[in-house]
Amino acid sequence: MIKIVTEPIHPLEILASVQDPTAGAIDIFIGTTRNHSHGKSVLALEYEAYSPMALKMMYRIADEARAKYGITKISIVHRIGRLEVGEASVVIAVSSAHRREAFEACRFAIDALKTAVPIWKKEFFPDGESWVNDQIKQN
Amino acid sequence: MITVKVKLFALACDLAGAETLSYVLPPGSPAGEILKLLSERNREFEKWKDHLRLAVNWEYVPNDYVLHEDDEVAVIPPLSGG
Repeated sequence: MIKIVTEPIHPLEILASVQDPTAGAIDIFIGTTRNHSHGKSVLALEYEAYSPMALKMMYRIADEARAKYGITKISIVHRIGRLEVGEASVVIAVSSAHRREAFEACRFAIDALKTAVPIWKKEFFPDGESWVNDQIKQN
Repeated sequence: MITVKVKLFALACDLAGAETLSYVLPPGSPAGEILKLLSERNREFEKWKDHLRLAVNWEYVPNDYVLHEDDEVAVIPPLSGG
């Protein structure tokens, strides 16, 4: 299941989407919205996507994860629009025959998503708002 | 001449003051030309040019990628999904 949604994500539904009788492990990553950023309070967040390209990149990441780790199933779901603090913004679930591949593929998928999928987060502070540019500082 | 559609997101949308623009360019123009035209629209783009990636028809491209008629160019500021 590869999706971009505007409604709340229910992690158990994503988990169910990768269940498989041949799998011995399921790993799930849930990215949640933090109430602070660089020492400032974050009141709410807003995600924007270039949806057709974002979906294309998400499908590609899923294909790469399958090819690289030989996993059974993978689902990647990202939410966009306005989110409150503490909500799930992204959920990635991976099933595989053995746990190591599920862990590694899950980490690969979230890391790849952050560097390749055109989605942006805006944080709303008590005194204003700004697009998140953390990626620049990491370089 | 060729016509390309330019989509702007997040920071790039704020700087351009538009979600979509249309540019008419000489045939053979590189995608990077779009960044020059945007800098003429708002000089703030100059400051960000090293951090803006370009995509054409839903694929990242280098700045010297040659544009074609009806290409959809997207200006991709630093990502922050996840």
